[in-house]
Amino acid sequence: MITPRYHREIPQRYRLEAGKCTGCGKVHFPPRRVCKECFGREFETVTMPTMGKVLTYTVIDIPPAEFDNLKPYVVAIVELENGVRLTCMVAEAPPDKVEIGTKVEMIYRRLQTGREWEVLQYGYKARVI
Amino acid sequence: MREVAVIGVGMTKFGELWDTPLRDLFAIASANCIEDSGVERDRIQSAYIGCMSSGLFNQQEHLASILCDYAGLAGIAATRVESACASGGLAFRSAYLEVASGASDFVLAGGVEKMNDGADATFCLASAADQEYEVYHGITFPGLYAMIAHAHMAKYGTTSEQLAHVAVKNHRHGAKNPNAQFPMEITLNTVLNAVRVASPLGLFDCSPVTDGGACVMLCPVEEAKKLGKPIIKVIGSGHATDSIALHDRPDLTTIPVVKAAAERALAQAKIGIKNVDFCEVHDCFTIAELCCLEELGVFERGQAAQATVDGATSLDGKMPVNTSGGLKSKGHPVGATGIAQIIELVEQLTGKAGARQLLSPSIGLAQNMGGSGGSSTVHILEVS
Repeated sequence: MITPRYHREIPQRYRLEAGKCTGCGKVHFPPRRVCKECFGREFETVTMPTMGKVLTYTVIDIPPAEFDNLKPYVVAIVELENGVRLTCMVAEAPPDKVEIGTKVEMIYRRLQTGREWEVLQYGYKARVI
Repeated sequence: MREVAVIGVGMTKFGELWDTPLRDLFAIASANCIEDSGVERDRIQSAYIGCMSSGLFNQQEHLASILCDYAGLAGIAATRVESACASGGLAFRSAYLEVASGASDFVLAGGVEKMNDGADATFCLASAADQEYEVYHGITFPGLYAMIAHAHMAKYGTTSEQLAHVAVKNHRHGAKNPNAQFPMEITLNTVLNAVRVASPLGLFDCSPVTDGGACVMLCPVEEAKKLGKPIIKVIGSGHATDSIALHDRPDLTTIPVVKAAAERALAQAKIGIKNVDFCEVHDCFTIAELCCLEELGVFERGQAAQATVDGATSLDGKMPVNTSGGLKSKGHPVGATGIAQIIELVEQLTGKAGARQLLSPSIGLAQNMGGSGGSSTVHILEVS
């Protein structure tokens, strides 16, 4: 991934920053320029809660080449306490410890090593609590 | 809008076509289609060609021009259409609208994908998902549908064995299709014991990586009558989009874009799903066929799995589904799939489907989906 792209996503990847519509209150992660609900264009930056639960999940046995060293790994759709949903890996747990409804917290980890000329790529994962 | 008919079809065999380059896939399919239609080359005004990712798979863009050049059609207006795995369906809709509008009389709708050309297919296909907020976190396409499957299992009690019945049924149909990539019957044990790709889905829950091309010719019904062709009329065309990130959808067991596209197509055709005799649906994974059938209204939510086990979607069932073998057995060259579905409808409606021929069907429906449900087209064809 090129550095400018990586840099611009740091507020989301490192700090879980979302955009809250000042018109209708809908929280968007990632932030949007136009509110999906009310078509508003004014937002304030809010930080998302770190606690949530697994809505659904899978164990990836055949990953794309850049994740090959991690297989098998769990990817889940997590719903955070404010109702926002995101897709992320579930770290530090054997695959059979994750099921629908499992409580998780968001943590900060390295996600991809990338090719040798690329920056190391960090971001959020979930871990079972 | 003018009434539009499909008057010719052509395709390549689907499979690992190591000796056939991308450009030849379209050239073969379009030449077969033009020959089948009986239309002289000079009357063809335009082409719409669906292709998901020739840039990633083959490092080739500017696709419509090179494909038409090698098909002997240089000079016509040609447009490449992309909507991930729904690219073919959208190419068909684009061609349909151009003829219906009166802008052109003879228009080709084609689709191609050359997936076995050295690129990492898992990586290329993942570009149909949200790169920054899904793919970055290690998800794959089988993984997205696996998450839908787990949610469906939790809500409706759907089982892996029920999913396996979808694959077994589609291979049973595909075994009767000479153009299918994997025209062989399989057993439940083959599916259930296959290597896991993304649990709960195994290799035989997934459509294969395929090279292939497909093409159909559209024209006004009035012109089709002059040519003395059987009249296969397009009576409904629906298209819808949705968020491409699965996590942005309210109910993870549903694919709302399919329902939206189907409602538009059925409203145009002024019929209900009960009037449809058979359908081709987007079974990129076994769970996808079940979700699509539930969205189309063929079965109530949560009922498609048991209906499949009971044979309702088999060739002799009350709603035969994927008589071609579907994506699972026929193969899934992504950009070509939507057009190949239309070809199956035409072959069934004209009585040319050989060993898999249904008993005089009159209305068929084709549903083609992009990604995990970020886009879908639905087309309804009727023989008169």
